[in-house]
Amino acid sequence: MLEVTGLRVAYGGIQAVRSITFHVNEGEMVALIGANGAGKTSTLKAIARVLDAAGGDVHFCGEKITRIAPHAPIRKGIALVPEGRGVFPRLTVAENLAMGAFVRDDKAAIAEDFEMVYGHFPRLRERADQLGGTLSGGEQQMLAIGRALMSRPRLLLLDEPSMGLAPIMVQKIFEVVRAVAASGMTVLLIEQNAKLALETSQRGYVMESGEITLNGDAKDLLNDPKVRAAYLGE
Amino acid sequence: MDIFLQQIINGLVQGSIYALVALGYTMVYGIMGLINFAHGEVVMIGTLVTITVAGSLIKVGMPVALAGLAGLTASVLVCMALGWGLERIAYRPLRNAPRLTPLITAIGMSIILQNVAMIVWGRNYLTFPHLLPKIDFEIAGANFTAIQLLIVLVSGMTMAGLAFLVYRTKLGMAMRATAQNPQVAGLMGVNSNRVISAAFVIGSALAALAGVMVGTYYEIAHYQMGFMLGLKAFTAAVLGGIGNLAGAMAGGILLGIIEALGAGYIGDLTGGFLGSHYQDIFAFVVLIVVLMFRPSGLFGEKTGDRA
Repeated sequence: MLEVTGLRVAYGGIQAVRSITFHVNEGEMVALIGANGAGKTSTLKAIARVLDAAGGDVHFCGEKITRIAPHAPIRKGIALVPEGRGVFPRLTVAENLAMGAFVRDDKAAIAEDFEMVYGHFPRLRERADQLGGTLSGGEQQMLAIGRALMSRPRLLLLDEPSMGLAPIMVQKIFEVVRAVAASGMTVLLIEQNAKLALETSQRGYVMESGEITLNGDAKDLLNDPKVRAAYLGE
Repeated sequence: MDIFLQQIINGLVQGSIYALVALGYTMVYGIMGLINFAHGEVVMIGTLVTITVAGSLIKVGMPVALAGLAGLTASVLVCMALGWGLERIAYRPLRNAPRLTPLITAIGMSIILQNVAMIVWGRNYLTFPHLLPKIDFEIAGANFTAIQLLIVLVSGMTMAGLAFLVYRTKLGMAMRATAQNPQVAGLMGVNSNRVISAAFVIGSALAALAGVMVGTYYEIAHYQMGFMLGLKAFTAAVLGGIGNLAGAMAGGILLGIIEALGAGYIGDLTGGFLGSHYQDIFAFVVLIVVLMFRPSGLFGEKTGDRA
């Protein structure tokens, strides 16, 4: 479904991503793990067109999307939950969710999806009229994920959903991520918490200094001594 | 006391006009952090287009009310096109330039528009056609005219309409989202170019309306009239908190009233040394005081150091 070939991302002269190739199959959940600064976020940003690729190509459902307009990916079915959540601070929770459905016109189905999101995250329903900026970090993460789901994406890109959250909140968020993946949605997950990411996913890629150094079944990676030493603190 | 009330009424009228113009500054600033110093010139073009269109239609015998309406429509359309074109030609190519660059470009556009207007309409003062009959009202010893009443009413309705657009429609939500986080708004599918164009076009329509009001009120127009009006409206936007719509409305009306009261009492205050033609100093004293003591304005949040 998603094919990334030889993708490069650079900031000025500095190469953040050096020619990486990987793919995500339809219905699959794939983890991209690696240390801080390995180039994971840059990779997601290039796929979602927040950043321009310096080279290489991204294909989605057979279509080349490497250089489409920055507002186009969501129309193709790609939703990114950005690093740091990117909640609109002075829109209400309900308006933030409505922004997720900005490209849709099917009012009845949008109303259903509001219910679906509120079903996943009852807290958001309680706070529907509150401004996004007044939510706690965990609630903002719920909102960012809910907002992405409001576009009915075919591919969900998650950038560090556990970052800065209390363990109980991480658990809650990942419950929903698992439920969404189990319902058949394709998910590409970036995490520093490698254990959690690999336990949740079917396959994984390990990124180091802008390159993919390892890949395979999530279970195998979890048992790989190199991964265990570098990312699982053993 | 009747002078006080009279000046409040005068200030409310002038302030409504400032508010309409200030909204244009604040919308563009809120979305892209640019102070469009050419905005005052859009008001001027609005006035002059109305003079040409309404004036010539009256000359060929069209009823005054109809000619006025045609002039207003033409002026709104021309200004909307002008605002759209300004952004397209002058500011869009500089979207990623250092922020001083578009600011200087804006001043340049202001000068260009003044000179184009001078070439088209000449350097002399022009008379604005009488579009409304002169009807006077009196309350508590203060006089006001039908024109003044209409200016305040139309401004109020226009501002209510704008508030509806911004807070109750999808376009308005996209504008607010883009102002708060353009990158994430893009992820949601918002085309930032369209939102920015919309801000310019809507702001320019309000400027055209203000231009027609200024013309109807003072019955005189000139190619340089937009400069001072623009600076005052900018002051009003800063006073209210630039980037904030309610702030621009309140700032405009407040500035109008401060100015009118200042003009009304400056003679008494200075023992006749300064007359009411010094009223312009009040706006800029307000600007300096706001920038010194409350740079984020009355309603503004901290906006960081955007130019």
